[in-house]
Amino acid sequence: MPRFLSLAEAVEDCVRDGDTVAMEGFTHLIPYAAGHEVIRQQRRRLTLIKMTPDLLYDQLIGMGCAEKLVFSWGGNPGVGSLHRLRDAVENGWPHPLAIEEHSHAAMANAYEAGAAGLPCAIFRGYIGVELPKVNPRIKHITCPFTGEQLAAVPAHRPDVAIVHALRADRAGNVLLEGIVGVQKEVVLASKRSIVTVEEIVEDFGPRSFNAVILPAWTVGAIVKVPGGAYPSYAQGYYKRDNAFYISWDKIARERETFLAWMKANVLEKGPEAFAQYARRANAA
Amino acid sequence: MADYKPNEMMTIAAARALRNNDVCFVGIGMPSAAANLARLTHAPDITLIYESGTIATKPDVLPLSIGDGELCETALTTTTVVEMFRYWLQGGRMTVGFLGGAQIDRFANLNTTVVGDYDKPKVRLPGGGGAPEIASACGEIFIIMSQSPRAFAAKLDFITSMGHGEGGDHRARLGLKTKGPTKLITDLCVFEPDPVSKEMTVTSIHPGVTQEEIKAQTGWPVRFAATLAETPTPTANELQVLRDLHARTARAHGSA
Repeated sequence: MPRFLSLAEAVEDCVRDGDTVAMEGFTHLIPYAAGHEVIRQQRRRLTLIKMTPDLLYDQLIGMGCAEKLVFSWGGNPGVGSLHRLRDAVENGWPHPLAIEEHSHAAMANAYEAGAAGLPCAIFRGYIGVELPKVNPRIKHITCPFTGEQLAAVPAHRPDVAIVHALRADRAGNVLLEGIVGVQKEVVLASKRSIVTVEEIVEDFGPRSFNAVILPAWTVGAIVKVPGGAYPSYAQGYYKRDNAFYISWDKIARERETFLAWMKANVLEKGPEAFAQYARRANAA
Repeated sequence: MADYKPNEMMTIAAARALRNNDVCFVGIGMPSAAANLARLTHAPDITLIYESGTIATKPDVLPLSIGDGELCETALTTTTVVEMFRYWLQGGRMTVGFLGGAQIDRFANLNTTVVGDYDKPKVRLPGGGGAPEIASACGEIFIIMSQSPRAFAAKLDFITSMGHGEGGDHRARLGLKTKGPTKLITDLCVFEPDPVSKEMTVTSIHPGVTQEEIKAQTGWPVRFAATLAETPTPTANELQVLRDLHARTARAHGSA
């Protein structure tokens, strides 16, 4: 049975300095509100895992929370670079960032292996490419039946998974719809979890028999944060704010404009600030 | 209608490469524009798949990111990302993968990882994402990229995804049964691999473009096929559909 907490309590309780943390969401359902709380609570030396680091990890890296990044595609989709990630990798600002780089296929397989309780993931990948030369955690294994060489990577077993979802019910079951990405896998693969949701309902009501559900007993903490995925989106609640993603390029390009934005929009705000995005979408 | 931009010619030439019965794994950006243009013109039944898990999607506007809600809402079904990469891509169910890149070499290997040394990069690029396995698992690969001497490089700083490797039978030697890059569509021309050496060779030149211009924008001594075609000029319909698509997209993303 998950605990229903405030966002500050959940992060205080679940995320510790030095933890390996995966805040997932494949374009959809990226847990911005929770990530901002991690920044406000000044967590340090985190190993951050995410297939697509997105603006949220740009913010965490630029604010000095991360020591290492495990990822497969680190850009602002359709826009360009993540400038804070680049500044950390190219110039060591605000401090050096170690990277462990994979392909999407490897990352997705590693989450699945973590959820399945396996030590590693095996797949057909990394053929003729150079990532295995720079990432010693990419290995190969021979199929005992066919002799085929297959790629192997360690399973992801984060200390903490943080995801956003659409709804939880009073019992603490969590419902996901739309582009569900690796949300289910990352929660099942992690020791602890925080799930922020748009709303908490008495009952999910009519739904597909195959709806993606995280049963209450698999979830650590649930926090209601309407709008908590903004500027990412929550299917059926509000759309991705693509104009903000485009404008982030200018905000994050220079350290000063980045820090000023973070101060005004993260450090001096709380999770309740996200509600306006959910409301604005409802009004539209 | 003869008035069009080189980028429009590129996208239209790329769209024409797709067939109505293709199952296409679509990269974001220019590949996505080309794939949807194909769907809206000569290939209405094409199956477009994005790595976010959306199968047979028919977006009305181009997604800015690979997982915009538009893709899910207009898809036949949406799988998990794990299932997408395991069953659908690795399972060999894509006839064609459509990629872009930051840097390409004459064997159509792509670099989207770093400029300079990996450990001390001059420019840290976003990385491979789905591309390393798209490049090996899809039946064939189409690549769309604007030409410049820096982007069309004699030597890549990093091989993010494999094209024809060192050329010849390199793919086969690594056990790959897929064809690899069969078309490279640029703003100047179309390249296809030489049947034996697998070096990307110019086979069709866009109207009004000279061989000298192509040579100037290519970082290796570029080869031209013995028989060179001229790429057919964009039709009025192709241009109209493409421009409408871009206009709808700009309005939807608030960047109009």
